[in-house]
Amino acid sequence: MPALKVEHLAKTFPLKRPLFGAAPPGAHAVRPMSFQVETGETLGIVGESGCGKSTLARMLVGLLEPTGGTIEIEGKALGSASPAVFGKLIQYVFQDPQSSLNPRRTIRQVMEAPLKRLHGMPKPDRDKRIAEIFASVNLREEFLDRYPHEFSGGQAQRIGIARALAASPRIIVLDEPVSALDVSVQAQVLNLLSDLKARFGLTYLFITHDLAVVEAVSERVAVLYFGAIVEIGRAERIFASPRHPYTSLLAKSAPVVGRSLTAPEQKGSELPDPLNPPPGCAFAGRCRRATELCRAREPELKQMGENQLAACHHPLEH
Amino acid sequence: MSAFLALLFRNRLAAMGLAVIAVILLLAMATPLLPLHDPDVIATADRFMRPLSEGRLLGTDHLGRDLLSRLLHGTRLSLAVGIAAALIAAVIGSAIGIVAGYFGGRTDNVVMRGVDMLMAFPYILLALAIVAALGPGLMNALIAVAAVNVPFFARNIRGITVGLAGREFIDAARLAGMGHTRIILTELLPNVLPVIVIAMSTTVGWMILETAGLSFLGLGSQPPQADLGSMLGEARSAMISHPHTSIVPGLMIFLIVMSINLLGDGVRDALDPRLRSGALSRPRATTLVRRQGATPPATDDLLAVQDLRTEFQVGKRNYRAVGGVSLAVKPGESLGVIGESGSGKSVTALSVMGLVASPPGAITGGAVRFQGEDLIGAPYEALRQKRGDRVAYVFQDPLATLHPLYRVGQQLTETIRSHRNLSKSEARMRAIQLLNDVRIPNAERRVDDYPHEMSGGMRQRVGIAMALANEPDVIIADEPTTALDVTVQAQILCLLDDLRRERGLAIIFITHDFGVVAQLCDRIAVMYAGRIVEEGPTQAVLGAPAHPYTRRLIACVPELGGGRRELAAIPGLPPVLDDLPPGCAFAPRCTKAEESCRQGEIPLQGPALHAVRCLFPERAP
Repeated sequence: MPALKVEHLAKTFPLKRPLFGAAPPGAHAVRPMSFQVETGETLGIVGESGCGKSTLARMLVGLLEPTGGTIEIEGKALGSASPAVFGKLIQYVFQDPQSSLNPRRTIRQVMEAPLKRLHGMPKPDRDKRIAEIFASVNLREEFLDRYPHEFSGGQAQRIGIARALAASPRIIVLDEPVSALDVSVQAQVLNLLSDLKARFGLTYLFITHDLAVVEAVSERVAVLYFGAIVEIGRAERIFASPRHPYTSLLAKSAPVVGRSLTAPEQKGSELPDPLNPPPGCAFAGRCRRATELCRAREPELKQMGENQLAACHHPLEH
Repeated sequence: MSAFLALLFRNRLAAMGLAVIAVILLLAMATPLLPLHDPDVIATADRFMRPLSEGRLLGTDHLGRDLLSRLLHGTRLSLAVGIAAALIAAVIGSAIGIVAGYFGGRTDNVVMRGVDMLMAFPYILLALAIVAALGPGLMNALIAVAAVNVPFFARNIRGITVGLAGREFIDAARLAGMGHTRIILTELLPNVLPVIVIAMSTTVGWMILETAGLSFLGLGSQPPQADLGSMLGEARSAMISHPHTSIVPGLMIFLIVMSINLLGDGVRDALDPRLRSGALSRPRATTLVRRQGATPPATDDLLAVQDLRTEFQVGKRNYRAVGGVSLAVKPGESLGVIGESGSGKSVTALSVMGLVASPPGAITGGAVRFQGEDLIGAPYEALRQKRGDRVAYVFQDPLATLHPLYRVGQQLTETIRSHRNLSKSEARMRAIQLLNDVRIPNAERRVDDYPHEMSGGMRQRVGIAMALANEPDVIIADEPTTALDVTVQAQILCLLDDLRRERGLAIIFITHDFGVVAQLCDRIAVMYAGRIVEEGPTQAVLGAPAHPYTRRLIACVPELGGGRRELAAIPGLPPVLDDLPPGCAFAPRCTKAEESCRQGEIPLQGPALHAVRCLFPERAP
């Protein structure tokens, strides 16, 4: 049984209705998408700004109500959005560790909330549990009575992870958990996350825009473009031998030591307009391989090679 | 709390207000205990006694009642009503504001339109309507004044709440299983409370005035009960013949409202975090220079930073952000400055053109030479001539550096025309050409766009176009691609590289990304805790890093194509800049550190091109 099963999950943000006439169709932030994550797996989700990765994450934890589709966690279907129901099964680690902590609450108050509200734990049990969690994320217990502004970014992010752990979830959604941190601290947090996963048997959804990071921490990677999965496959294969031209573009754009500087793309190409999506493949406007077929019909995710799926009419060959 | 009081008393007017209102409050509270005449006893024989008469310190009114006694009782009542009205208005208004701001959408719309309707009535009209419905009386005047002020609180608090409700900690609280009521009470309220206090302290005076106004019209306190407004109202007919009867309550109203307002402003200034951190003290046009020691001699570099020291004085603490940095670029050369946050790379860059905010920043040593001429301590006009003309900057966040209310074309032409004597139309042509140069499609059309109409990559191109506007010799780019997507980053880097080759631009490129410097830069300087720890040609530094910090920092960065793996991390944190250890700043985190690393200055030395600040540098493999 997969830890997480998502089917045809979609989100459309309604637009303001004009004074006269019918409401416009709305902005498609996430177009119907389906995927599964096995227990103990890390699924990386990459994409550029505006590709819908944060909207997807917020739907998965129940902070946003989907317009369509279902979310199933360990076989349990979760209906309407209610973070309190979702909270026990799936938790969230935010990008900006400082702004995810209430500046006027002590760390102890922050940590106690999920134990008290989600699990109804009495006070002595809570203290014991908090001590356990703090030990597992390498934080000293004396931090508990301090306020968030007293911590560095790396410490604050560990507090954020500790809070997510406190709910004893099965899955944690990590939304750019290290992009606000310095590289030397980034590695500390990434290693901590991988320890915790092994120790508590967690399943991760790791959202990031950094391909190198996602490759280093995930088993599988899904590439999002314009609110849809364009390619999904094994982390070690997907950037080395991408089938979708967009994945290839991403991989070529990442600055790598020892590779000379070349713009991998024609200048002046712009992203498609979410209010007025193009018919057919959303990437066609930026794609050198695009044909009439691409502009007319939207490609579906198809099996391409072992454990790799891509949505492209003219996939790259290797 | 003591910091708050210290700030409050630094404002003399606020301290004076506090003293006056404290005396008035004490008097009002002690009124029943003082040996006063009964305020309501009529003695027509003693009417209109002048102040300082025997036994009547402030004289008597038209019915022979003791004015001092009436004044103190009236003040007591007016203060009580005013403060009660403020509290009621604050509680109801803030509750409305928080609920509207937190739930947003339709709730917000309905509630706030109701509040707007309330606000559209002139207060006196609304008060008249309430009094007409409920009958005159002090209690009803209180209700009217409170109702009139509810919108003020509701709108203020709603604005703050909308900003807070979108913050991530609210989402986190929802995920922790908290309900709406609990989130409002335990997460939002503590954060808006200071704003409520500020709003209250600035409106109490106004509410006392409004209550007095209603009583003056006879709608508030009913005779014989005295409050300041009704005393004024009753004295009105005798204003010419016996002015003291109106002057006495009038002065009291003046004192109360004045002192409360002065105090309220002081409280607001002391509580507002922006004002507290010195947002009101405008930084100087150039960085303060407090240079000690000799100035290094000129070199033949295009731009040379020589032994630069920049410090920040915050309170008693002195942060040494840049502690002796030397960098140099020649025409057409591209130098990468790499470091983590707090390493001093941005402050170094800003010091070049005297752009570090002063106070609290000051340049305390070294020189910055452009074509041999020392820029540090140069007169403002000389610096302004060079800023954007010979040396230009590109910053990280183009949305923050472009003015949101002007079209990008206007901002470009302004940059051009402040240095070149061009007509408006010529400058516009040049702006379009610049946008073409940075590969913005449809430049003729996009020149009239506002910054928000462009994507992040486009905006950064405008930032670069602006930097190029006057064909500078040096561009200092401070993390210009960090906020951008990788595909856009690749385009921007290519653009900078082309410009460098085409125009012989020198580029100082500040970043934390090794991949970026590797692709763009000829040389690299690695900074740690305000100093350069290693400098050399890109290939040499990245291929065979000599400083342990460089080697381990490179190892921290995952590289694409490396597969799934445990990443190397550097344990510990960078040192705090106001308490730097003697010797090597990296020693506490370094595995190779020995006793000698923790003592004395360690010089930046090594073979001519590849220098390192380490006693035990890594050997080339």
